[in-house]
Amino acid sequence: VNVNAVPIEDTFAEAFPMTAARLVVTAATPGWARTAGQTATGYASSVIGCDAEAGIERELSADETPDGRPGVSLLMFAFSRDSLQKAIVNRVGQCVLTCPTTACYNGLPLVKERAIRVGGNLRFFGDGWQFSKLLDGRRYWRLPVMDGEFVCEDLFSTVKGVAGGNFLILGSSQETALAAAEAATLAIRAVPGVIAPFPGGVVRSGSKVGSRYKKLRASTNDAYCPGLRGLVKSALPEGVGAVYEIVIDGLELSAVEAATRAGVRAACRPGVLGISAGNYGGKLGPFHLRLHQLLSE
Amino acid sequence: MLRLTYHGTTTIPVEAECLTPDNLAGKSIADVLAQPVQHGNAPVPLGEFFNADGDAGDGEVTVEGDCSRVKWIGAGMTRGRITVHGNVGMHLGSEMRGGVIHVHGSAGDWVGGEMRGGRIHVHGDAGHLAGAAYRGSRAGMRGGVILIDGRAGNEVGASMRRGLIAIGGDTGDFPGVGLIAGSVFVFGTPGVRAGAGMKRGTLAFLGPAPALLPTFRYTCTYRPVFLALYLRQLRAWGLRVEERFLGGTWKRYGGDLVGLGKGEVLVWQP
Repeated sequence: VNVNAVPIEDTFAEAFPMTAARLVVTAATPGWARTAGQTATGYASSVIGCDAEAGIERELSADETPDGRPGVSLLMFAFSRDSLQKAIVNRVGQCVLTCPTTACYNGLPLVKERAIRVGGNLRFFGDGWQFSKLLDGRRYWRLPVMDGEFVCEDLFSTVKGVAGGNFLILGSSQETALAAAEAATLAIRAVPGVIAPFPGGVVRSGSKVGSRYKKLRASTNDAYCPGLRGLVKSALPEGVGAVYEIVIDGLELSAVEAATRAGVRAACRPGVLGISAGNYGGKLGPFHLRLHQLLSE
Repeated sequence: MLRLTYHGTTTIPVEAECLTPDNLAGKSIADVLAQPVQHGNAPVPLGEFFNADGDAGDGEVTVEGDCSRVKWIGAGMTRGRITVHGNVGMHLGSEMRGGVIHVHGSAGDWVGGEMRGGRIHVHGDAGHLAGAAYRGSRAGMRGGVILIDGRAGNEVGASMRRGLIAIGGDTGDFPGVGLIAGSVFVFGTPGVRAGAGMKRGTLAFLGPAPALLPTFRYTCTYRPVFLALYLRQLRAWGLRVEERFLGGTWKRYGGDLVGLGKGEVLVWQP
C-alpha cells in the first residue's frame, strides 16, 4: 500500500486499554483556560515515567461549556481508576484550582459506578467553607479562593480508553521527517476523542521494552536510530535520516483508528520514505491497528 | 396516556392521593374510576368527579378542568408525568420522589411539600409554603425541583434541606425562612425577612434587592460561576431567564448570623 507514493509497511500498531477521563476546564478568557489546560497536562507524556498520559483534546467555545465561558477539553489516561483519580486530583488541585478564574467539570456522560471523585477530594481545601450544590443529579463543589470561587464537579466519569496507538514517520532528513510529523499532529487534532500526549504530539525517543540496565523498564529503540545503523540490527531502509513517532491515546478504538488514518495520510509528503508502526509481536496489547487495513478503508 | 376530565362542582375539598402514575398504571378505566378519594368526611370513588379515557401504561396522566378543590395530586409519585390543564388545589406533588408534574394553571398552598425528587413546574401562580416543611417536621423539601412561573406566597422553601426552587414572579414574606440547605431563586420582588434563620444554602434575588435583616453581612461583589450553571439549567427546564441575568455581578451577603451563618444571599446587579 502506498499513500502519495510513500510506502506503508505491512505491520500494526499495538495498543492497550487504559482508564480515561475527559475534563472540561473553563475560565474567564480563552487564554486562561488554555494556560490551565497546558499546565494540567504537563509532564504527562507516558505512563512509563508519569502518573498519567494527558493532553488538550481541543479548545471549546463559550456555547460548548457548562457555564457559558470559553474552555478547553482535556483527556487523561492511567492504568486504573484509582491511579487516574490520584493523578487528576493532584493535577486539578495544583494546576487548575490555582489558575485564575477557572472551573472544572466532568466531560463524559456521568456513570456513577465508573466515576472517580475529584471535587469531592479537593473540597477539603475549603477548610469548612466549601459549599456543595446538587443540580440535575450532578454535584458541584464551590471552594472559596482569593479571586472568588473555584467550582469543581464532584464526580468524573471514566471509560476504558485505548492508549499506545502509534505510527513511525521515516524521513530522508530531520527537516522532512519533522515537517511530516507536524502535519500529522495537525490532522490528528481535528479528530475528536484523541490526544497525542508527547511534546507537540511528536516523539523523537521511541523506546523498546527493557534495557541492558536492570532497573530501566524502557530504553532507546536502537533499531530506529540512524546513528546506530551498522552497529545494531537496524530496521531503517536505505536513505532514512530521521524517524519520528506519533503516539495516540483515545476514548475508544474507533477514534484512535480515525486519528491514525488522518495522521498517516497527512504525514505522507515528499521526503518521507516510509511509514511503519511499533508493536511487541502482539504480546502487549489486545488492540492491533493494522496500517494497510486502516488506510484501505 | 390516561386522560382525566374533572366534572365536579363541589366546594368541599377532594383529597385525591390516588392520582399518581405509579397507582394508575396498568388499571382499567373501571378500576381508575373506582379509586377512592376523600370528599369532605366521606370516601367516594374517583368517578364521582372525573371522567377517564386511555390508560396510564406509559406513565402519562393528563388532568383537564379546574381542579382547585382537588388536593394531593401527584403526592408521593416516583415516576411518570402528570400534566394538568387548569388549576390544582393544595399539596400538589407532596413528598414526591420522581417524575414530572406540569400545571398549566395555578396551584394552591404546599406545592411540593417535603418533596424528595422529581420536578414540578407550575406555569401560573402558587400559594404559600411551596417546598416547605409540614408543621412539626424538621425539614422541608429534600430534593427535586419546583419551578413557578408566576408569583408564590409566604414561606417559600421554609426549612428546605436540599433541592431547587425558582419563582419567576414575586414572593410573599419569609422566602427561604429557616433554610437548612438548597437553593431558592426569586426573579420578582421578594417579601420581607428573606432567609430569616437560614443555616446554609443559597437565596438568589434577580429582581429588586430585598431589605435584608441586620443579621446578614455583606461579603463581596463578584461573578459566581455556579450561578451560570443554575440559570442555564433553569432555562433548559423552560423557566424564563433573561439573557441579562447571565451577565452582571452579584452582591453576596452571609448569614443568618442568628443561625449557623453559613448561608448566602446573592443579589444580582446589572
